[in-house]
Amino acid sequence: MIALLRIEAAGPLTSVQDAGRRGAMRFGVPRSGPIDRLAFAAALAAAQPECGTAIELSLGGLTLTCLEGEIGFALCGSGFTAEIDGRALGGWCRATLGPGQRLRVRQGVGNWAYLAFAGASVAPAWLGSRATHALSGLGGGMVRSGDVLEFHGTRPLHAAALQAPPEPSLMLPIGVVIGPQERYFAPDALERLCAETFTATGTFDRMGRALEGLPLMPLRLDMPSEPTMRGCLQIAGDGRMTMLMADHQTTGGFPKIASVISADVTRLAQLPPGTTLRFETVSTEEAVRRLHVLAQAQADCLRRLVPVGTLEERLRETNLVGGVIDALGAEVP
Amino acid sequence: MTDMPVVRAVGDSALLIDFGERIDKAINARVVALDRALAASPPPGLIETVPAYCSLLIEYDPLVTTQAELASAAMALAQTARAGTVAGREHVVPISFVDAPDLARVAEQTGLSPAAAISAFLAGCYRVFMYGFAPGYAYMGGVPPALHLPRKPVAERGHPVGSVIIAGPQCLITTLPMPTGWWVIGRTPLMVLDPLGERPFRFDPGDTIRFERMPPE
Repeated sequence: MIALLRIEAAGPLTSVQDAGRRGAMRFGVPRSGPIDRLAFAAALAAAQPECGTAIELSLGGLTLTCLEGEIGFALCGSGFTAEIDGRALGGWCRATLGPGQRLRVRQGVGNWAYLAFAGASVAPAWLGSRATHALSGLGGGMVRSGDVLEFHGTRPLHAAALQAPPEPSLMLPIGVVIGPQERYFAPDALERLCAETFTATGTFDRMGRALEGLPLMPLRLDMPSEPTMRGCLQIAGDGRMTMLMADHQTTGGFPKIASVISADVTRLAQLPPGTTLRFETVSTEEAVRRLHVLAQAQADCLRRLVPVGTLEERLRETNLVGGVIDALGAEVP
Repeated sequence: MTDMPVVRAVGDSALLIDFGERIDKAINARVVALDRALAASPPPGLIETVPAYCSLLIEYDPLVTTQAELASAAMALAQTARAGTVAGREHVVPISFVDAPDLARVAEQTGLSPAAAISAFLAGCYRVFMYGFAPGYAYMGGVPPALHLPRKPVAERGHPVGSVIIAGPQCLITTLPMPTGWWVIGRTPLMVLDPLGERPFRFDPGDTIRFERMPPE
């Protein structure tokens, strides 16, 4: 079966992503792939696309119409919700879109979500990956209004609510490892990094997220470009801070005062714009310990991702009890 | 034996091996030598490496190895990896100065005639130090001092792919139609980034480049 989906409206950051490409940072090509790796993995686990890709959604959400065929989909990520022809499905769900039906995804409290389809995308691969590098458009490609997405070998999916992972606390400090270019800052700038509060702004794209706060002025700006990584806190000449994300430049001449630990990069990326945050210095060993804990929690989350009931059941429960369904293993026939 | 590099943590899953703080051919040769040594005998958990002007980034999987193990493996290799033992390749890049929007301004600001500026540029021997900014942006050094100019105060749009641009000692061949604050001195049909080609990236760090003027059409 083939399905054709016409994009009616797509936010400016909408793109095709897979797990990302490795080994080409040396040529100026970052890994790309999803900003929120857990939500992406969940959408894949729920829809089982043959191609391993999902559409990454952000500002403005997405509206599409199924022109031909029928296709199952799963939507996972930070409060984004789906509706088909005006019928609300909620967030963290899966369902099937039939010919002529319109799927609308509204942005949630967070910034990033994933829509995976039960079929094989014909989006192009580059260097062995369909992850889109937004700046160049290489890979699967940006998704824009007017595009028609084609899927082969499509399958329907029984409508079901999925068990979302627990939302991380907004109050928890973001862990950082100091460096690698802390020598470009006065000692008081390093102290202020963890003493002051910062605000996660609405200024972000796939390359990075701007953080607002007291400027942390570099002592000098004569650094030859050095390699960068996802999670690096880069300080521009005016003292403003950006956390680098999936499509980061692979090298850059602005010093990096610290790096957000792997366990916290997604959490910072998903913070609602305007959220106040604090940084907390941790050792590399502690950062790795937290990564182990997170990896275990994520594996548990993916295991629990079997549908927890039909959408109808969830709506009924929500309406009557206001509680959360936790019927583990209740695979719907 | 030269002095040992400094190891710096980049978060919990990468190390930066720092050989100095200058754009310098000898320093970059040590970066390239360690990069090649790691490629020849990759320690467990190594994901990828990124050579830059004077440092090498090593990304690893912290669920497979530890920072201490990776650092000691890298330092052992840095001790034995001899700079310059593996020669980079040499490339001849064709260049045209017919459509060179900034050539006149470069000449004016350096006090050279346009013909002398072209000769100076062609006489340069360029080295690929690293890639950065965007796919295929290979940062070359080696612009002759007579042509050193600071970058423009504001980036300008509208320069096509294949523009040869310079700023200070640095030279680049663009692979995307991005705005640039560097001076557009010429144009080449050579694609450093050939996305679907068998060899998508034409140069490696450590390679040397010579520009050759294309015959007039």
